Amino acid sequence: MGWLFDPAHWSGSTGIPVRLVEHFGYTLLTLVIGALIAVPLGAFVGHTGKGGFVIVGLSNALRALPTTAVLILVVLWAGLGDFPVYVALVLLAIPPIMAGTYAGVRAVDPVTVDAARGVGMRESGVLLQVEIPNALPLIFGGFRGAALQVVATATIAAYTGAGGLGRFVFDGLALQDFGQMLAGAVLVALLAVLVDLGFAGLQRLTVSPGLRPVGTGGKR
Amino acid sequence: MTWIFENWERFWEVTEVHLRLSVVPVVIGFVLSIPLGWWASRSQTARAILFPFANILFTIPSIALIVITPVLIGVKILDEINVIVPLVVYTVALMVRAVADALAAVPGNVVAAANAMGFRPLRRFLTVDFPLALPVTIAGLRVATVSNISMVSVGALVGLGGYGQLFTEGYQTDNTDKVLAGLIGTVVLAVLADGLLLLIGRLLTPWARVGR
Repeated sequence: MGWLFDPAHWSGSTGIPVRLVEHFGYTLLTLVIGALIAVPLGAFVGHTGKGGFVIVGLSNALRALPTTAVLILVVLWAGLGDFPVYVALVLLAIPPIMAGTYAGVRAVDPVTVDAARGVGMRESGVLLQVEIPNALPLIFGGFRGAALQVVATATIAAYTGAGGLGRFVFDGLALQDFGQMLAGAVLVALLAVLVDLGFAGLQRLTVSPGLRPVGTGGKR
Repeated sequence: MTWIFENWERFWEVTEVHLRLSVVPVVIGFVLSIPLGWWASRSQTARAILFPFANILFTIPSIALIVITPVLIGVKILDEINVIVPLVVYTVALMVRAVADALAAVPGNVVAAANAMGFRPLRRFLTVDFPLALPVTIAGLRVATVSNISMVSVGALVGLGGYGQLFTEGYQTDNTDKVLAGLIGTVVLAVLADGLLLLIGRLLTPWARVGR
Protein backbone atom coordinates (compact mmCIF):
# COMPACT_ATOMS: atom_id res chain seq x y z
CA MET A 1 0.00 0.00 0.00
CA GLY A 2 3.09 2.22 -0.03
CA TRP A 3 2.30 3.52 -3.50
CA LEU A 4 -1.09 4.85 -2.43
CA PHE A 5 0.30 6.93 0.44
CA ASP A 6 3.35 8.33 -1.33
CA PRO A 7 2.79 12.13 -1.41
CA ALA A 8 4.41 12.30 -4.87
CA HIS A 9 1.41 10.42 -6.28
CA TRP A 10 -1.08 12.89 -4.85
CA SER A 11 -0.15 15.91 -6.96
CA GLY A 12 0.33 16.96 -10.57
CA SER A 13 -1.77 16.44 -13.69
CA THR A 14 -1.48 12.64 -13.45
CA GLY A 15 -1.85 12.46 -9.67
CA ILE A 16 -4.52 10.63 -7.73
CA PRO A 17 -6.86 13.66 -7.20
CA VAL A 18 -6.95 14.42 -10.95
CA ARG A 19 -7.65 10.78 -11.86
CA LEU A 20 -10.31 10.56 -9.17
CA VAL A 21 -12.08 13.64 -10.50
CA GLU A 22 -11.84 12.27 -14.06
CA HIS A 23 -13.27 8.94 -12.97
CA PHE A 24 -16.07 10.62 -11.06
CA GLY A 25 -16.71 12.86 -14.07
CA TYR A 26 -17.13 9.87 -16.38
CA THR A 27 -19.52 8.30 -13.91
CA LEU A 28 -21.62 11.41 -13.34
CA LEU A 29 -22.04 12.41 -16.98
CA THR A 30 -22.75 8.78 -17.94
CA LEU A 31 -25.50 8.56 -15.35
CA VAL A 32 -27.00 11.89 -16.48
CA ILE A 33 -27.06 10.85 -20.15
CA GLY A 34 -28.28 7.37 -19.20
CA ALA A 35 -31.06 8.90 -17.10
CA LEU A 36 -32.16 11.22 -19.92
CA ILE A 37 -32.59 8.19 -22.18
CA ALA A 38 -33.72 5.46 -19.78
CA VAL A 39 -36.04 7.24 -17.33
CA PRO A 40 -38.51 8.63 -19.93
CA LEU A 41 -38.57 5.29 -21.76
CA GLY A 42 -39.07 3.26 -18.59
CA ALA A 43 -41.66 5.70 -17.22
CA PHE A 44 -43.63 5.85 -20.48
CA VAL A 45 -43.77 2.07 -20.85
CA GLY A 46 -44.54 1.63 -17.16
CA HIS A 47 -47.32 4.24 -17.32
CA THR A 48 -49.01 3.00 -20.49
CA GLY A 49 -48.28 -0.67 -19.83
CA LYS A 50 -47.48 -1.07 -23.53
CA GLY A 51 -44.24 -2.60 -24.78
CA GLY A 52 -43.08 -4.05 -21.48
CA PHE A 53 -41.58 -7.03 -23.26
CA VAL A 54 -39.51 -4.67 -25.42
CA ILE A 55 -38.02 -3.03 -22.32
CA VAL A 56 -37.24 -6.37 -20.69
CA GLY A 57 -35.81 -7.83 -23.91
CA LEU A 58 -33.74 -4.72 -24.65
CA SER A 59 -32.37 -4.63 -21.09
CA ASN A 60 -31.29 -8.26 -21.25
CA ALA A 61 -29.68 -7.90 -24.66
CA LEU A 62 -27.76 -4.77 -23.55
CA ARG A 63 -26.64 -6.54 -20.38
CA ALA A 64 -24.94 -9.28 -22.42
CA LEU A 65 -23.03 -6.69 -24.47
CA PRO A 66 -19.33 -6.74 -23.50
CA THR A 67 -18.33 -3.16 -22.65
CA THR A 68 -14.73 -3.71 -23.76
CA ALA A 69 -15.87 -4.61 -27.27
CA VAL A 70 -18.20 -1.60 -27.51
CA LEU A 71 -15.41 0.70 -26.35
CA ILE A 72 -12.92 -0.70 -28.87
CA LEU A 73 -15.42 -0.65 -31.75
CA VAL A 74 -16.32 2.99 -31.17
CA VAL A 75 -12.64 3.89 -30.87
CA LEU A 76 -11.95 2.16 -34.20
CA TRP A 77 -14.85 3.99 -35.84
CA ALA A 78 -14.67 7.41 -34.23
CA GLY A 79 -11.10 7.69 -32.97
CA LEU A 80 -9.65 8.05 -29.49
CA GLY A 81 -11.07 10.37 -26.86
CA ASP A 82 -13.84 10.54 -24.33
CA PHE A 83 -16.69 9.92 -26.80
CA PRO A 84 -16.16 6.12 -27.05
CA VAL A 85 -15.94 5.94 -23.26
CA TYR A 86 -19.35 7.57 -22.89
CA VAL A 87 -20.97 5.41 -25.57
CA ALA A 88 -19.76 2.23 -23.86
CA LEU A 89 -20.66 3.36 -20.35
CA VAL A 90 -24.08 4.80 -21.25
CA LEU A 91 -25.02 1.49 -22.89
CA LEU A 92 -24.02 -0.15 -19.61
CA ALA A 93 -26.02 2.28 -17.47
CA ILE A 94 -29.27 2.15 -19.46
CA PRO A 95 -30.55 -1.37 -18.59
CA PRO A 96 -30.61 -1.05 -14.78
CA ILE A 97 -32.03 2.51 -14.83
CA MET A 98 -34.68 1.62 -17.39
CA ALA A 99 -35.63 -1.61 -15.63
CA GLY A 100 -35.81 0.15 -12.24
CA THR A 101 -38.00 2.97 -13.58
CA TYR A 102 -40.27 0.58 -15.43
CA ALA A 103 -40.65 -1.78 -12.47
CA GLY A 104 -41.16 1.16 -10.09
CA VAL A 105 -43.93 2.78 -12.11
CA ARG A 106 -45.62 -0.59 -12.73
CA ALA A 107 -45.53 -1.41 -9.04
CA VAL A 108 -47.44 1.71 -7.94
CA ASP A 109 -50.74 0.66 -6.37
CA PRO A 110 -53.45 0.94 -9.09
CA VAL A 111 -55.85 2.25 -6.43
CA THR A 112 -53.57 5.25 -5.89
CA VAL A 113 -53.36 5.88 -9.64
CA ASP A 114 -57.15 5.63 -9.96
CA ALA A 115 -57.59 8.05 -7.10
CA ALA A 116 -55.28 10.53 -8.83
CA ARG A 117 -57.37 10.31 -12.00
CA GLY A 118 -60.51 10.53 -9.87
CA VAL A 119 -59.52 13.89 -8.41
CA GLY A 120 -59.10 15.18 -11.97
CA MET A 121 -55.36 14.94 -12.56
CA ARG A 122 -54.21 14.87 -16.15
CA GLU A 123 -52.18 11.90 -17.37
CA SER A 124 -48.97 13.98 -17.18
CA GLY A 125 -49.81 14.87 -13.58
CA VAL A 126 -50.57 11.26 -12.73
CA LEU A 127 -47.17 10.25 -14.03
CA LEU A 128 -45.08 13.13 -12.69
CA GLN A 129 -46.81 13.81 -9.37
CA VAL A 130 -48.04 10.38 -8.38
CA GLU A 131 -46.38 7.50 -10.19
CA ILE A 132 -42.78 8.76 -10.32
CA PRO A 133 -42.65 9.91 -6.66
CA ASN A 134 -44.10 6.57 -5.59
CA ALA A 135 -41.67 4.72 -7.83
CA LEU A 136 -38.61 6.58 -6.48
CA PRO A 137 -37.30 3.78 -4.22
CA LEU A 138 -37.10 1.35 -7.15
CA ILE A 139 -35.79 4.06 -9.49
CA PHE A 140 -33.02 4.76 -6.99
CA GLY A 141 -32.35 1.03 -6.83
CA GLY A 142 -31.80 1.07 -10.58
CA PHE A 143 -29.52 4.11 -10.36
CA ARG A 144 -27.43 2.61 -7.59
CA GLY A 145 -26.97 -0.61 -9.53
CA ALA A 146 -26.01 1.38 -12.62
CA ALA A 147 -23.63 3.61 -10.65
CA LEU A 148 -21.78 0.62 -9.17
CA GLN A 149 -21.33 -0.91 -12.60
CA VAL A 150 -20.28 2.35 -14.23
CA VAL A 151 -17.71 3.20 -11.54
CA ALA A 152 -16.23 -0.30 -11.79
CA THR A 153 -16.25 -0.42 -15.58
CA ALA A 154 -14.99 3.13 -16.20
CA THR A 155 -11.66 1.56 -15.22
CA ILE A 156 -11.55 -0.07 -18.65
CA ALA A 157 -11.60 3.35 -20.35
CA ALA A 158 -7.89 3.60 -19.61
CA TYR A 159 -7.24 0.67 -21.96
CA THR A 160 -7.80 2.96 -24.94
CA GLY A 161 -5.74 5.74 -23.39
CA ALA A 162 -8.50 7.68 -21.64
CA GLY A 163 -8.09 8.95 -18.08
CA GLY A 164 -9.65 7.93 -14.79
CA LEU A 165 -8.44 5.60 -12.08
CA GLY A 166 -7.98 2.82 -14.63
CA ARG A 167 -4.77 4.60 -15.65
CA PHE A 168 -3.12 3.32 -12.46
CA VAL A 169 -4.28 -0.25 -13.16
CA PHE A 170 -3.10 -0.30 -16.78
CA ASP A 171 0.07 1.76 -16.27
CA GLY A 172 0.91 -0.43 -13.29
CA LEU A 173 0.32 -3.50 -15.41
CA ALA A 174 2.62 -2.21 -18.15
CA LEU A 175 5.34 -1.37 -15.63
CA GLN A 176 4.82 -4.54 -13.56
CA ASP A 177 4.24 -2.11 -10.68
CA PHE A 178 1.92 -4.05 -8.44
CA GLY A 179 1.57 -1.28 -5.86
CA GLN A 180 0.19 1.08 -8.48
CA MET A 181 -2.30 -1.51 -9.76
CA LEU A 182 -3.49 -2.27 -6.26
CA ALA A 183 -3.82 1.44 -5.47
CA GLY A 184 -5.98 1.89 -8.59
CA ALA A 185 -8.19 -1.04 -7.64
CA VAL A 186 -8.62 0.13 -4.05
CA LEU A 187 -9.46 3.68 -5.16
CA VAL A 188 -12.11 2.43 -7.59
CA ALA A 189 -13.73 0.31 -4.90
CA LEU A 190 -13.63 3.27 -2.48
CA LEU A 191 -15.19 5.58 -5.06
CA ALA A 192 -17.91 3.00 -5.69
CA VAL A 193 -18.75 2.87 -2.00
CA LEU A 194 -18.77 6.69 -1.76
CA VAL A 195 -21.02 7.09 -4.81
CA ASP A 196 -23.42 4.51 -3.37
CA LEU A 197 -23.48 6.37 -0.06
CA GLY A 198 -24.17 9.59 -1.98
CA PHE A 199 -27.15 7.99 -3.66
CA ALA A 200 -28.37 6.61 -0.33
CA GLY A 201 -28.28 10.15 1.07
CA LEU A 202 -30.05 11.59 -1.95
CA GLN A 203 -32.67 8.88 -1.65
CA ARG A 204 -33.30 9.78 2.00
CA LEU A 205 -33.77 13.43 1.04
CA THR A 206 -36.08 12.92 -1.92
CA VAL A 207 -38.20 9.87 -1.17
CA SER A 208 -41.42 10.64 0.66
CA PRO A 209 -41.34 9.52 4.32
CA GLY A 210 -44.60 7.70 3.63
CA LEU A 211 -42.70 5.27 1.43
CA ARG A 212 -40.07 4.34 4.00
CA PRO A 213 -40.17 0.84 5.40
CA VAL A 214 -42.02 0.78 8.69
CA GLY A 215 -40.36 -1.05 11.58
CA THR A 216 -38.49 -4.22 10.82
CA GLY A 217 -41.36 -5.94 9.06
CA GLY A 218 -41.06 -3.68 6.02
CA LYS A 219 -43.78 -1.77 4.20
CA ARG A 220 -47.03 -3.67 3.91
CA MET B 1 -19.09 -10.83 -40.19
CA THR B 2 -16.86 -12.54 -42.75
CA TRP B 3 -14.07 -12.87 -40.17
CA ILE B 4 -15.93 -15.63 -38.33
CA PHE B 5 -16.24 -17.80 -41.45
CA GLU B 6 -12.74 -17.14 -42.71
CA ASN B 7 -11.22 -17.97 -39.34
CA TRP B 8 -13.60 -20.62 -38.17
CA GLU B 9 -10.98 -22.71 -36.35
CA ARG B 10 -9.63 -19.77 -34.38
CA PHE B 11 -13.16 -18.63 -33.56
CA TRP B 12 -14.06 -22.08 -32.29
CA GLU B 13 -10.88 -22.22 -30.24
CA VAL B 14 -11.59 -18.93 -28.41
CA THR B 15 -15.23 -19.99 -28.00
CA GLU B 16 -14.08 -23.10 -26.14
CA VAL B 17 -11.78 -21.13 -23.87
CA HIS B 18 -14.46 -18.50 -23.27
CA LEU B 19 -17.04 -21.12 -22.40
CA ARG B 20 -14.67 -22.89 -20.01
CA LEU B 21 -13.65 -19.66 -18.29
CA SER B 22 -17.27 -18.62 -17.74
CA VAL B 23 -18.94 -21.95 -16.92
CA VAL B 24 -16.37 -23.35 -14.46
CA PRO B 25 -16.68 -20.32 -12.10
CA VAL B 26 -20.49 -20.47 -12.24
CA VAL B 27 -20.47 -24.12 -11.23
CA ILE B 28 -17.91 -23.66 -8.43
CA GLY B 29 -19.57 -20.46 -7.23
CA PHE B 30 -23.02 -22.02 -7.25
CA VAL B 31 -21.88 -25.04 -5.23
CA LEU B 32 -20.16 -22.76 -2.68
CA SER B 33 -23.17 -20.46 -2.39
CA ILE B 34 -25.62 -23.26 -1.46
CA PRO B 35 -24.28 -23.88 2.08
CA LEU B 36 -23.62 -20.14 2.55
CA GLY B 37 -27.11 -19.24 1.32
CA TRP B 38 -28.61 -21.90 3.55
CA TRP B 39 -26.74 -20.46 6.51
CA ALA B 40 -27.90 -16.93 5.63
CA SER B 41 -31.51 -18.07 5.30
CA ARG B 42 -31.47 -19.43 8.86
CA SER B 43 -29.36 -16.99 10.80
CA GLN B 44 -29.71 -13.24 11.23
CA THR B 45 -26.01 -13.08 12.16
CA ALA B 46 -24.99 -14.84 8.97
CA ARG B 47 -27.02 -12.35 6.94
CA ALA B 48 -25.45 -9.42 8.77
CA ILE B 49 -22.00 -10.74 7.89
CA LEU B 50 -22.48 -12.22 4.42
CA PHE B 51 -24.69 -9.62 2.69
CA PRO B 52 -22.60 -6.47 3.30
CA PHE B 53 -19.45 -8.46 2.53
CA ALA B 54 -20.98 -9.64 -0.75
CA ASN B 55 -21.92 -6.05 -1.63
CA ILE B 56 -18.36 -4.85 -1.08
CA LEU B 57 -16.91 -7.68 -3.18
CA PHE B 58 -19.26 -6.62 -5.95
CA THR B 59 -17.88 -3.09 -6.06
CA ILE B 60 -14.33 -4.28 -6.85
CA PRO B 61 -13.90 -3.84 -10.60
CA SER B 62 -13.28 -7.10 -12.45
CA ILE B 63 -10.08 -5.84 -14.09
CA ALA B 64 -8.70 -4.96 -10.65
CA LEU B 65 -9.60 -8.33 -9.16
CA ILE B 66 -8.07 -10.14 -12.14
CA VAL B 67 -4.88 -8.15 -11.66
CA ILE B 68 -4.70 -8.65 -7.89
CA THR B 69 -5.55 -12.37 -7.83
CA PRO B 70 -2.16 -13.68 -9.04
CA VAL B 71 -0.37 -11.80 -6.27
CA LEU B 72 -2.82 -12.97 -3.62
CA ILE B 73 -2.65 -16.65 -4.51
CA GLY B 74 0.87 -16.68 -5.94
CA VAL B 75 0.45 -17.74 -9.55
CA LYS B 76 1.63 -16.21 -12.84
CA ILE B 77 -0.42 -13.40 -14.38
CA LEU B 78 -1.15 -15.50 -17.48
CA ASP B 79 -2.75 -18.37 -15.58
CA GLU B 80 -6.45 -19.03 -16.32
CA ILE B 81 -7.06 -19.30 -12.60
CA ASN B 82 -6.76 -15.50 -12.48
CA VAL B 83 -10.06 -15.16 -14.29
CA ILE B 84 -11.68 -18.14 -12.61
CA VAL B 85 -11.09 -16.97 -9.02
CA PRO B 86 -12.56 -13.45 -9.49
CA LEU B 87 -15.57 -14.83 -11.34
CA VAL B 88 -16.14 -17.39 -8.57
CA VAL B 89 -16.06 -14.47 -6.12
CA TYR B 90 -18.67 -12.52 -8.13
CA THR B 91 -20.84 -15.61 -8.58
CA VAL B 92 -20.82 -16.36 -4.85
CA ALA B 93 -21.50 -12.69 -4.01
CA LEU B 94 -24.56 -12.76 -6.25
CA MET B 95 -25.81 -16.27 -5.51
CA VAL B 96 -25.59 -16.17 -1.70
CA ARG B 97 -28.38 -13.63 -1.67
CA ALA B 98 -30.40 -15.45 -4.34
CA VAL B 99 -30.14 -18.81 -2.54
CA ALA B 100 -30.90 -17.22 0.85
CA ASP B 101 -33.96 -15.38 -0.49
CA ALA B 102 -35.14 -18.50 -2.30
CA LEU B 103 -34.83 -20.71 0.78
CA ALA B 104 -36.45 -18.09 3.02
CA ALA B 105 -39.44 -18.01 0.66
CA VAL B 106 -40.18 -21.73 1.00
CA PRO B 107 -43.65 -21.89 2.62
CA GLY B 108 -43.49 -22.71 6.34
CA ASN B 109 -46.42 -25.14 6.21
CA VAL B 110 -44.60 -27.27 3.61
CA VAL B 111 -41.52 -27.42 5.82
CA ALA B 112 -43.66 -28.28 8.83
CA ALA B 113 -45.42 -31.04 6.88
CA ALA B 114 -42.08 -32.52 5.82
CA ASN B 115 -40.87 -32.40 9.43
CA ALA B 116 -44.05 -34.06 10.62
CA MET B 117 -43.57 -36.84 8.09
CA GLY B 118 -40.22 -37.55 9.69
CA PHE B 119 -37.81 -36.09 7.10
CA ARG B 120 -34.34 -35.72 8.51
CA PRO B 121 -32.75 -32.27 8.02
CA LEU B 122 -30.42 -33.23 5.15
CA ARG B 123 -33.05 -35.20 3.26
CA ARG B 124 -35.62 -32.48 3.83
CA PHE B 125 -33.20 -29.89 2.44
CA LEU B 126 -32.39 -31.97 -0.65
CA THR B 127 -35.90 -33.16 -1.46
CA VAL B 128 -38.17 -30.37 -0.16
CA ASP B 129 -36.52 -27.02 0.57
CA PHE B 130 -34.02 -26.93 -2.28
CA PRO B 131 -36.38 -28.01 -5.09
CA LEU B 132 -38.96 -25.44 -3.94
CA ALA B 133 -36.24 -22.79 -3.93
CA LEU B 134 -35.16 -23.65 -7.49
CA PRO B 135 -37.15 -21.02 -9.47
CA VAL B 136 -35.62 -18.06 -7.60
CA THR B 137 -32.21 -19.76 -7.47
CA ILE B 138 -32.20 -20.35 -11.21
CA ALA B 139 -33.22 -16.74 -11.85
CA GLY B 140 -30.10 -15.72 -9.92
CA LEU B 141 -28.01 -18.28 -11.76
CA ARG B 142 -29.10 -16.82 -15.10
CA VAL B 143 -27.95 -13.34 -14.09
CA ALA B 144 -24.64 -14.72 -12.80
CA THR B 145 -24.03 -16.74 -15.97
CA VAL B 146 -24.78 -13.89 -18.37
CA SER B 147 -22.63 -11.43 -16.44
CA ASN B 148 -19.79 -13.97 -16.22
CA ILE B 149 -19.87 -14.57 -19.96
CA SER B 150 -19.65 -10.84 -20.53
CA MET B 151 -16.93 -10.38 -17.90
CA VAL B 152 -14.50 -13.10 -19.13
CA SER B 153 -13.53 -10.73 -21.95
CA VAL B 154 -11.96 -8.37 -19.43
CA GLY B 155 -9.29 -11.00 -18.81
CA ALA B 156 -7.96 -10.41 -22.31
CA LEU B 157 -6.87 -6.91 -21.29
CA VAL B 158 -4.12 -8.60 -19.25
CA GLY B 159 -3.48 -11.22 -21.93
CA LEU B 160 -5.81 -14.10 -21.03
CA GLY B 161 -7.96 -16.09 -23.47
CA GLY B 162 -11.53 -16.07 -24.70
CA TYR B 163 -13.40 -13.70 -27.02
CA GLY B 164 -11.62 -10.82 -25.34
CA GLN B 165 -8.52 -11.78 -27.27
CA LEU B 166 -10.36 -10.92 -30.46
CA PHE B 167 -11.11 -7.49 -28.97
CA THR B 168 -7.53 -6.68 -28.06
CA GLU B 169 -6.06 -8.14 -31.28
CA GLY B 170 -8.69 -6.37 -33.36
CA TYR B 171 -7.88 -3.13 -31.57
CA GLN B 172 -4.14 -3.47 -32.15
CA THR B 173 -4.51 -4.36 -35.84
CA ASP B 174 -7.39 -1.97 -36.56
CA ASN B 175 -9.62 -4.91 -37.50
CA THR B 176 -13.25 -3.98 -36.77
CA ASP B 177 -14.49 -7.29 -38.11
CA LYS B 178 -12.49 -9.24 -35.55
CA VAL B 179 -13.87 -7.17 -32.66
CA LEU B 180 -17.40 -7.60 -34.00
CA ALA B 181 -16.85 -11.36 -34.25
CA GLY B 182 -15.97 -11.49 -30.55
CA LEU B 183 -18.92 -9.27 -29.65
CA ILE B 184 -21.36 -11.44 -31.59
CA GLY B 185 -19.84 -14.58 -30.07
CA THR B 186 -20.27 -13.19 -26.54
CA VAL B 187 -23.88 -12.14 -27.05
CA VAL B 188 -24.85 -15.43 -28.75
CA LEU B 189 -23.16 -17.45 -26.00
CA ALA B 190 -24.96 -15.40 -23.33
CA VAL B 191 -28.36 -15.79 -24.99
CA LEU B 192 -27.84 -19.55 -25.47
CA ALA B 193 -26.70 -20.09 -21.88
CA ASP B 194 -29.60 -18.01 -20.57
CA GLY B 195 -32.10 -19.97 -22.66
CA LEU B 196 -30.61 -23.28 -21.58
CA LEU B 197 -30.89 -22.38 -17.89
CA LEU B 198 -34.48 -21.20 -18.41
CA LEU B 199 -35.27 -24.56 -20.03
CA ILE B 200 -33.54 -26.56 -17.27
CA GLY B 201 -35.50 -24.55 -14.70
CA ARG B 202 -38.78 -25.37 -16.42
CA LEU B 203 -37.92 -29.07 -16.65
CA LEU B 204 -36.87 -29.26 -13.01
CA THR B 205 -39.93 -27.48 -11.64
CA PRO B 206 -42.91 -28.94 -13.51
CA TRP B 207 -45.21 -27.95 -10.62
CA ALA B 208 -44.58 -24.27 -11.30
CA ARG B 209 -46.42 -24.51 -14.60
CA VAL B 210 -49.68 -26.00 -13.30
CA GLY B 211 -52.34 -24.30 -11.26
CA ARG B 212 -51.88 -20.86 -12.77
